[in-house]
Amino acid sequence: MNVLIKNGHIIDPSLRIDGIGDILIEDGKIKEIRIQNIVPPPPHPLPQREGESLKIPYPSRGEGKGGGKDSGLRTIDATGLLVVPGLIDMHVHLREPGFEHKETIKSGTMAAIKSGFTTVCCMPNTFPVNDQASVTEFIIRKASQEGYCTVYPVGAITKGQRGEELAEIGTMRNEGCIAFSDDGRPVMNSLIMRRALEYSKAFDVPIISHCEDLTLSEDGVINEGIISATLGLKGIPDEAEQIMIFRDILLAELTGGKLHIAHVSTEGSVKLIREAKTKGINVTAETCPHYFSLTEEAVKGYDTNAKVNPPLRTKRDIEAIKEGLKDGTIDIIVTDHAPHHMDEKLREFDMAPFGISGFETALSLSLRLVEEGILSMSQLVKNMTLNPAIILNIPKGTLRQDTDADVTIIDVNREFKVESEKFVSKGKNTPFEGWLLKGCPVLTICKGKIYEW
Amino acid sequence: MLNKKDLLGIKELSVEEINLILDTAAGFKDVIGRDIKKVPALRGKTAVNLFFEPSTRTRTSFELAAKRLSTDVINFSVPTSSVVKGESLIDTALTVQALGADFVIIRHSSSGVPHLLAKKLKASVINAGDGINEHPTQALLDAFTIKEKKGNIEGLKIAIVGDITHSRVAKSNIYSLIKLGANVRLIGPPTLIPKEMVTLGVEIFHNMEEGLKNVDVLIMLRIQMERQGKGFFPSTEEYARNWGLSLERLSLAKDDAIVMHPGPMNRGIEIVSEIADGPRSVILDQVTNGIAVRMAVMYLLAGVKR
Repeated sequence: MNVLIKNGHIIDPSLRIDGIGDILIEDGKIKEIRIQNIVPPPPHPLPQREGESLKIPYPSRGEGKGGGKDSGLRTIDATGLLVVPGLIDMHVHLREPGFEHKETIKSGTMAAIKSGFTTVCCMPNTFPVNDQASVTEFIIRKASQEGYCTVYPVGAITKGQRGEELAEIGTMRNEGCIAFSDDGRPVMNSLIMRRALEYSKAFDVPIISHCEDLTLSEDGVINEGIISATLGLKGIPDEAEQIMIFRDILLAELTGGKLHIAHVSTEGSVKLIREAKTKGINVTAETCPHYFSLTEEAVKGYDTNAKVNPPLRTKRDIEAIKEGLKDGTIDIIVTDHAPHHMDEKLREFDMAPFGISGFETALSLSLRLVEEGILSMSQLVKNMTLNPAIILNIPKGTLRQDTDADVTIIDVNREFKVESEKFVSKGKNTPFEGWLLKGCPVLTICKGKIYEW
Repeated sequence: MLNKKDLLGIKELSVEEINLILDTAAGFKDVIGRDIKKVPALRGKTAVNLFFEPSTRTRTSFELAAKRLSTDVINFSVPTSSVVKGESLIDTALTVQALGADFVIIRHSSSGVPHLLAKKLKASVINAGDGINEHPTQALLDAFTIKEKKGNIEGLKIAIVGDITHSRVAKSNIYSLIKLGANVRLIGPPTLIPKEMVTLGVEIFHNMEEGLKNVDVLIMLRIQMERQGKGFFPSTEEYARNWGLSLERLSLAKDDAIVMHPGPMNRGIEIVSEIADGPRSVILDQVTNGIAVRMAVMYLLAGVKR
């Protein structure tokens, strides 16, 4: 079926589009974009950056087929709505194979679609670990059979994520892995990390580093500070993250490898990354909504739903992360969607697993950055579409003609209350329960297929 | 009456509530000093000692406190329970409640477990020590003992010496003594005192001699042997040399300073026997007072539900 999205406010940083217009989708591909008029720039003065202020109509009009045959054409009235390229979430845990009680490829991708994401990258800490092509092949096949959105697997850097021997990065790359990470189990051995950054250059894939000095964080469960001292919980100092970020930056400089820093949570990390970027080192970085929305205070009362790694930090860190997003030090927002079963979270704080079920609150929490004037809308969209597509080198996050018709339509004014029991994800573990949020996707199109609610 | 179902920690108590418990405990201290040590105050109630960590003194103290109030007590000790078969904490607690417990007295190696159970159970949850968070009844009995010996707590200089980081006794004492108006100082190696504690209004000393000057009360903490070899201090001998309480060091405190210890003691490490068994020691008074304070806690919590 063909689809015509009419009269929406289209923002696509990859095409430098920011205006009211229509999108025509044919056979699951973007066929044409027409911009009717120009939307005035946002009132708050923001630094003029690439892809932000240019508003030119997409040039490919008048190919002659625009309004031809209407057979099976569905028209979507997007008046008053935001229309953006399907969002990309390059850091999620789909849990399959091995932990299907937490999430499956089916339930996870359904939650992704509901949350406006048409492309997700799943981390390799499944069982078995995605450290070989057969597991990669399984994930991709399962995703194509049962998945709702596009799934790109992230392969493990080392066999079994043990940090000892490189996994078959090249073979997994051929099978479809687009990045490599030992997420959750950082590569502690600097030599192995060096080799990974070096070797991966042959395949032009980024190494995603979960930066944590495990000897320093030991068995910490929350941020180190007055809250950890008074709750009697073992703290993780900022330095556990920063030491490894610094090491990896140095190794990226040494090797010229492509380094992507996962879930940045501290002020010091933002500074280190900013400095590295200034020096021209090949490093990119991501953060998650919880790191700019919540402080360590959220764990008070021993709420295991706020137990996440890296831990929630302080107000100062939140401010620094927002600043990092604003000046581009942090390139993208990911969810680190980490669903867990209720029984696993409902237990001793020390023993409960780390992680937040992040899909279904991500966009709304991120839109608060626009509301607060931290990011312009096009900057936010860029963070969640074009930037990850560039880092991963995938033909996604764009409304370019003849690419997959992945489109997210957002009602920035729709208000809702976070109710985990209504989550599509199997993981109901959210620290945002009961929050009133504004702005959410109302319709997602993935490869021309329409999902709405 | 206490305006809460559970006793989770001193953090959660107001000054008035602490004083109410201490005043009530004074009445019960009379009771346990009598020839017939039992009152029918809580007859027909059931208390369960749910101890996931080994403990003799605290468990026995709670057991006696319950019995003195004519409450039935069951000791649910972990090695014989289904916990070893992999039963979850919540299931164990719900089972205990289904057996008819009015009080669930919990000790657990993980901080926050009493808080979790309090949310799930209708029974009154009493924290008998959770991880490195709190041990509220110990702090209450310590406050009771200090009050008994010194008349008043406000304005006293009180030193807590040892491993503050891993001591739930220290944490509860810090919260209660600050609330009661004492000047609290922490003494110990920097590896065992969270530096953020100063924001609570305590002073931190790493030099024992300096810290002990003119104090009214010394609370010595047990040094756990398993901390050795984890890098917190090089050896117990070196610890004793620097932070152990000797007679010379005690002489730096006020002449009428009292010495406390929650037990069990490592004689010759954090405290020498001459002091533990000497005239300044109130260590055994602490044990006796523990029963009175725990009676008061159970009595006051039971009042809430009625």
